[in-house]
Amino acid sequence: MALAKRRFDALIIGAGGAGLNAAIQLADTNLQVAVVSKVFPTRSHTVAAQGGVNAALANVSDDSWHWHMFDTVKGSDYLGDQDAIEFMCREAIPTVYELEHNGVPFSRLENGTIYQRAFGGQSQNFGGAQASRTCAAADRTGHAILHALYQQNVRARTHFFDEFFAVELLRDDEGAILGALVLEIETGEPLLIEAKSTILATGGCGQVYRTTSNAHINTGDGMALALRAGAPLMDMEFYQFHPTGIAGKGMLITEGVRGEGGYLVNKDGERFMERYAPNAKDLASRDVVSRAIVTEVKEGRGCGPKSDHVMLKVDHLGEEIISKRLPGIRESGKIFAGVDAVVEPLPVFPTAHYIMGGILTDRYGRVLTDQNDTIMPGLYAAGECACVSVHGANRLGGNSLLDILVFGRAAGLNVLNNTPASHRKLTDSAIQSAMARLERWDQTGTGLSVRELRDEFRRTMEDHAGVFRTEVIMQEGVNKLLALRDKLPDVRLQDHSRVFNTGRIEALELENLFDCGIAMAVSALHRQESRGAHSRPDYPERDDANWMKHSLYYRAEDRMDYKPVTTEPLSVDSFPPKVRTY
Amino acid sequence: MQFLISRYNPETDDKPHMQAFEVDVQRGMMLRDALLDIKRQDESFAFRHSCGEGVCGSDGVNVNGSNKLACITPISELKTPIEVRPFPGRPIIRDLVVDMTQFYEQYKKVDPWLVRKEPAPEQEVLQSPEDRDKLDGLYECILCGCCSTSCPSFWWNPDKFLGPQALLSSWRFLADSRDQATDERLDQLEDPYKMFRCHTIMNCVESCPKGLNPTKAIGNIKNLMIKKAV
Repeated sequence: MALAKRRFDALIIGAGGAGLNAAIQLADTNLQVAVVSKVFPTRSHTVAAQGGVNAALANVSDDSWHWHMFDTVKGSDYLGDQDAIEFMCREAIPTVYELEHNGVPFSRLENGTIYQRAFGGQSQNFGGAQASRTCAAADRTGHAILHALYQQNVRARTHFFDEFFAVELLRDDEGAILGALVLEIETGEPLLIEAKSTILATGGCGQVYRTTSNAHINTGDGMALALRAGAPLMDMEFYQFHPTGIAGKGMLITEGVRGEGGYLVNKDGERFMERYAPNAKDLASRDVVSRAIVTEVKEGRGCGPKSDHVMLKVDHLGEEIISKRLPGIRESGKIFAGVDAVVEPLPVFPTAHYIMGGILTDRYGRVLTDQNDTIMPGLYAAGECACVSVHGANRLGGNSLLDILVFGRAAGLNVLNNTPASHRKLTDSAIQSAMARLERWDQTGTGLSVRELRDEFRRTMEDHAGVFRTEVIMQEGVNKLLALRDKLPDVRLQDHSRVFNTGRIEALELENLFDCGIAMAVSALHRQESRGAHSRPDYPERDDANWMKHSLYYRAEDRMDYKPVTTEPLSVDSFPPKVRTY
Repeated sequence: MQFLISRYNPETDDKPHMQAFEVDVQRGMMLRDALLDIKRQDESFAFRHSCGEGVCGSDGVNVNGSNKLACITPISELKTPIEVRPFPGRPIIRDLVVDMTQFYEQYKKVDPWLVRKEPAPEQEVLQSPEDRDKLDGLYECILCGCCSTSCPSFWWNPDKFLGPQALLSSWRFLADSRDQATDERLDQLEDPYKMFRCHTIMNCVESCPKGLNPTKAIGNIKNLMIKKAV
C-alpha cells in the first residue's frame, strides 16, 4: 500500500510556545502550514512555566534591554553568544507587548501596566541594584501564554495535526530536509508530510533523568531528529537543576516565590544564601543557588528526618500576597508536599529542569551543521530544543519563555521570507530510511522491555551525568551508556496493535532519550573546567583560555568538535569575561 | 491495593470490560502513579498523561463515578474498590483514551480569543488590577474536559449545547475589559440550545479540578444578556 502523503509549504513540529509563535507568523499569510504535535497543543510543557517572561519594560524598576543583556551574558558564564543575546533582549519588549495584544491575562500594576517581579540574576545598571523585569500572570504565566497563542492560531485557522508523532526527518542525498514521516497516534498509520521548510520546536529532554520538573512528553524528540539527520547538538553538558523542586518529587516551585520575598533556610533556620551570595542572596543565579543547597545538605545542614532537603520560607509574605501572586504554588504545595505555604515552609531540593544546549542554530532559527556556520537546507529549530546560544552555561529565570517566543517568531518570519518556490524531490531512499525506524518496532519475539532499558538508562544518567561530575564518575557513565545503547536493538514490543499504542510511542521516545543522554554525557566528560551549570570538583575553575568555546556533539562515532563563542554583539560593546559573583 | 480498570482495544474487543490490577500503594501516591504502575505491568494499557502536576489537563478520567485529573487525585482520598473508567459520553478510542474532538469543536465555536477592533497601541493595552481580577477563576481553565463530560445536557446534545467548558471560555472573554466583541459574542449565544440547555445541575462545578465555576459563568452571561436587552 502506498504511504499517505500531504504537502505543505512549512511544517512545524511541536506546539508549545516556540512552535505556536512560529505558526502565528505564518498563519495569516498565503503559505500552507502544518503544525504536528504529539499532544493536543495546550498540553505542551510551556503550560507549566510559572514565574514569567523577562522584558525591560521598566514598569516597576528602571530598566533597559542593555542591562538585561549584561545580566544574560553574565548569567551564561560568558558562554552565550552576544549577538544573539542582544537580539533577544531588544526583541523582548515588543514581544511581550505583542503577547498582551494577543490576549495574555498578565497581572497588573495600579496604573494598568503589566506587573513585573524580581527574579534571579537581574540587576539595574550592569550589576547594581535588583531589577524587577519578569512579566507575570500570577504564577501561571506559561499557561496564560500557551493558551493565548493557541487561541490566536485557532482564530487564524492554523492546520493542526494533533496527536501525531514525528518519527524521522525526510532527507535527500544532498542533506536537505524535505519534511517528516509522522505517525497518527490514534490510528497507528504513518503519514508523509512534505514541506519546503521544517521547524523543530519540540522542547526539552528532562525525561533523561528520574527526578525532573519536566513532563512525560519531554523526551528530546527534535534534538534526536536533528542529530540523526546529521546536525550536531551544541553545549549539551549544560543542564540546569532548578533550585526549588518539591523535595523527593521534583515538581517545580517557581523562582517567583523568592522574587516575591521568599527565602531558603537550613535546619538551623539560617538564611544560608547570605553566605554564598552576599548581595543577591536568594536571587543569585540558579546554578549558584542549586550548588548552595546541595552543599548545605552534603555538609549535614539539611532538613527533615533524612536531612536531605532545605526549606523555602514563604509564610511571612502573608495570605493576601500568596493567594494573589502565587496561587498555583500554594496549590502544588498542598497537593504534593501536604504543606500550606501560608502557614509552613515548603521542603525543596534541586530538580532537573532545563537543557541550555540543543540544536545549533543562528539567530534566524536556521540549523547549522558545523563551526563554519554551514546551513542545513530546509531545517530550522527554536525554543528549548535549539541552542542559539543565548543561555550559554546557565539560563536565567524568565529567559526561557522569552527565548521560545523571540526565536519561535524569528524562525517563523525567516521561513516566511525565504520559502523556496517549489518542493525538492522526495526520493524513495529518503522514505525508506525514515520508515525503517518505524518498522524496526514491528519485530516480534522476546527481548528486553522498553521499561527495563529506560529505567536503567535514567538511573545511569542521574548517577553519572547529574550534579556530581568527576572524570571517574563520568567516564564510567559514558561506558555504561554506550553499553546500554548497544542493547537497544534487543528491545522488543509485546503489543503490536495499531490504535493508540502508547507503548510504541514510548519505544520511539526511548531512542530519542538515548541520543540526547549520550550527547550530554559525552560532552560533559570532555569539558575540563567548571562553568555555569557544569561543575567539576576535579577542575573547579572556569578556564577561559582553553574552554571559552561551544561544544559540538555529532552522533556519528560520538565525535566532539568545538566552535568559538561570538563575543561581538550587534551594536554595543562586548562584555568581556569577568569573575562571576552575586 | 486492587484497581479495576476499564479496558478496550478496538482491534480485539467488542466492548469495554473491567480488569483488576494489584498496585503496591505508597503514602502520597496519586492516581496517576497507580496508572503508571499498571502501565509497567501491562505495556498495552493506554491512557493520556503528561505534566503530572495538574496543569496540562491530559489525564482526566472517571474514578468511582466522578471525573478527576489522575495526577492530582490522592489515592488515599478514594473509596475502595477503585474503579477507573474513561470519561462518560465520549467515544472510546482505547482503554481510558476517549475522542475529545467534539469537546474541542465546541470550545472553538465561542471564538475563544481576544478581539480588538482598535489598532494596537505601541505598548500594552491598559487594564486596572480590579478589571484583571475579574478574569481570575476563568483564565485558569486547562481544557481537561472533566466538566463538559460530566454534564447530562452535554451528553444528550453534545453537538448543539456548547457545554460548561466552552461557556466558561466565552465568559472569560466577555469579562475581559480589553475585549471589544461583546455584542457579537452574546448574539452568538442567542439560541435555544447553545447556552440555554444548561439546567444548573452543577456537575461541572463539582468535577472541575481547578476549582472553577462554569455554572456561575453561565449565570453571568445570562445576566449580561438581560442587561443588554433592556
